[in-house]
Amino acid sequence: MDSISNRKISDLISEFPFLTSFFNDNGLEIAGKEKNTLSEYFAGFDEDEIEDKAIDPEVLTAQIGEFIKQMIAFLGKEDEVVKTVTILPGKDKSGEAENFNELVIRQGEIICIVGPTGSGKSRLLGDIEWVAQGDTPTGRSILINEDVPDKKWRFSSADKLVAQLSQNMNFVMDLSVYEFVELHAESRMVENREQVIERIIDKANSLAGESFTPETPITSLSGGQSRALMIADTAILSKSPIILIDEIENAGIDRKKALGLLLSEDKIVLMATHDPVLALMGDRRIVIKNGGIFKVIDTTDDERTILSTLEKMDKTLLAYRTKLRQGEIITKIQNT
Amino acid sequence: MNLVTVSGPPSSGKTSVILKTIDSLKKRGLKVAVAKFDCLYTDDDILYEKAGIPVRKGLSGALCPDHYFVSNVEEITNWALKNDFDILISESAGLCNRCSPYIKGIKAVCVIDNLSGINTPKKIGPMLKTADIVVITKGDIVSQAEREVFASRVNTVNPSAVIMNINGLTGQGSFELSTLLYEEELNINSLKGMELRFPMPAALCSYCLGETRIGESYQMGNVRKMKVED
Ligand SMILES: Nc1nc2c(ncn2[C@@H]2O[C@H](COP(=O)(O)OP(=O)(O)OP(=O)(O)O)[C@@H](O)[C@H]2O)c(=O)[nH]1
Ligand SMILES: Nc1ncnc2c1ncn2[C@@H]1O[C@H](COP(=O)(O)OP(=O)(O)OP(=O)(O)O)[C@@H](O)[C@H]1O
Ligand SMILES: [Mg+2]
Ligand SMILES: [Mg+2]
Ligand SMILES: [Zn+2]
Ligand SMILES: [Zn+2]
Repeated sequence: MDSISNRKISDLISEFPFLTSFFNDNGLEIAGKEKNTLSEYFAGFDEDEIEDKAIDPEVLTAQIGEFIKQMIAFLGKEDEVVKTVTILPGKDKSGEAENFNELVIRQGEIICIVGPTGSGKSRLLGDIEWVAQGDTPTGRSILINEDVPDKKWRFSSADKLVAQLSQNMNFVMDLSVYEFVELHAESRMVENREQVIERIIDKANSLAGESFTPETPITSLSGGQSRALMIADTAILSKSPIILIDEIENAGIDRKKALGLLLSEDKIVLMATHDPVLALMGDRRIVIKNGGIFKVIDTTDDERTILSTLEKMDKTLLAYRTKLRQGEIITKIQNT
Repeated sequence: MNLVTVSGPPSSGKTSVILKTIDSLKKRGLKVAVAKFDCLYTDDDILYEKAGIPVRKGLSGALCPDHYFVSNVEEITNWALKNDFDILISESAGLCNRCSPYIKGIKAVCVIDNLSGINTPKKIGPMLKTADIVVITKGDIVSQAEREVFASRVNTVNPSAVIMNINGLTGQGSFELSTLLYEEELNINSLKGMELRFPMPAALCSYCLGETRIGESYQMGNVRKMKVED
């Protein structure tokens, strides 16, 4: 990294503007010192400063080099489109081989994962996230676009195969909805930030029952509203091609629209669920038993018909819930 | 034997992550021991013992726990060597934002949690910036957006580290971490002659050594005075 040591800070920053955040986040004050080369800059610290700020010129120069390399790779490449994820069989907990040849999951599909507690649902999701190569307890392997995957899916913090929608959303930040999404957009380095943020808030409002504004503090969003915001944000801003969902709670949000939004952004949706309405919304469901993939079932036409009945029942239940919330007294069951 | 140093702010999830990771290491037939370093108090040794993991603990009292760590790491390593363990994991309380227990050539893991706020990566010194692996915990209680922002801030202050999200409660991700901790070919027989990754401050004044009285005549060693303008 000799080459960058001898370059002026001002030159480095004009060529690599993202270095500003590096200097900033590492507590390195550069104001007034832009004319210095990097090595002159580090040489300019006295012993006390080096000690107080924990400055190690050699390490920092190497880190700057690494950061530039990563950011160039990140900004320069066309996002690799993940069209398929293939699961190759391993063994269940008793060491029996799994009974399928390969399981191909395609962009735009919803796959549900069902099975009793401790059966290995999380392990399957873990295998996918870690792009297992026969090196996890199940012995499964994962292919991406039918090929042995790049190491970056394991080790790069910017390229994660899987994004996960959390159940809990106690925001730890004190920000408005706009600022919150902006922070995320900044860290993803997206262009035309304003439009993207607007689109996310719009989409979120179309999923939530009651709407909120960009100025609403995230801490005062209702459960349904924050869930809607998180889904819209993940669908649009997260680069990960696979979205993992551990149940979507059925309150204050249109779940069908939410899944639709994720699919329209070309995601693969994996959903662990016990809710029959969600389970049948999937194209297929994977049944896990004793650590192994026991069965893969395509949702049948009959099931889809049943799904619409179940959805009606679901709506009915929700309607009663709303009534109770509004202080009404329920006198009889209404058949819808 | 392998040695792994784990450090991180209080309650960031170090013990939870180490316990879950050891589960996976044990399944591979490896013998693992832990050395815990803290300041005044810790119950972690009881947790490790309950899990059947041989453990030694050291309390630094009024000293910076990292200083105390360096002064004792050789003895603790010899203990592990004598007992034929395959891996010794040290857990130290990262109470000092200026020091870190990392040694050149010894795997260094920093554990921080998503709840600590997105400006935390900026504030933590060498403990985060010179780690080989950064484990981020408590992702289960923040949003995907917060996880991504936090991880990208960590990446800015330590671009060369492997960053992993681990759930300390369920252990999700700990198997993956375990695969990065043990190298069969690696054989540490002694720490003699090894060096810290980053020098610890020389700020040894009389107060570090227990002086309580106020006044110039009691101040010795490396004392720095602020400029107070009239
Ligand atoms: N929700 C959640 N809680 C966690 C997670 N990891 C750890 N915790 C909890 O956080 C608390 C502190 O965890 P510890 O593992 O004791 O943290 P530590 O860093 O070892 O703490 P000290 O050794 O006391 O500094 C415990 O109550 C854990 O159960 C996580 O991923 N998610
Ligand atoms: N094929 C396998 N071989 C060996 N171990 C396995 C296998 N599948 C799962 N396991 C192990 O079994 C344990 C339970 O699995 P897991 O946590 O994935 O269950 P789960 O279905 O997610 O349970 P829950 O419903 O409680 O979340 C884990 O320790 C996991 O590593
Ligand atoms: Mg699970
Ligand atoms: Mg602990
Ligand atoms: Zn210290
Ligand atoms: Zn002192």
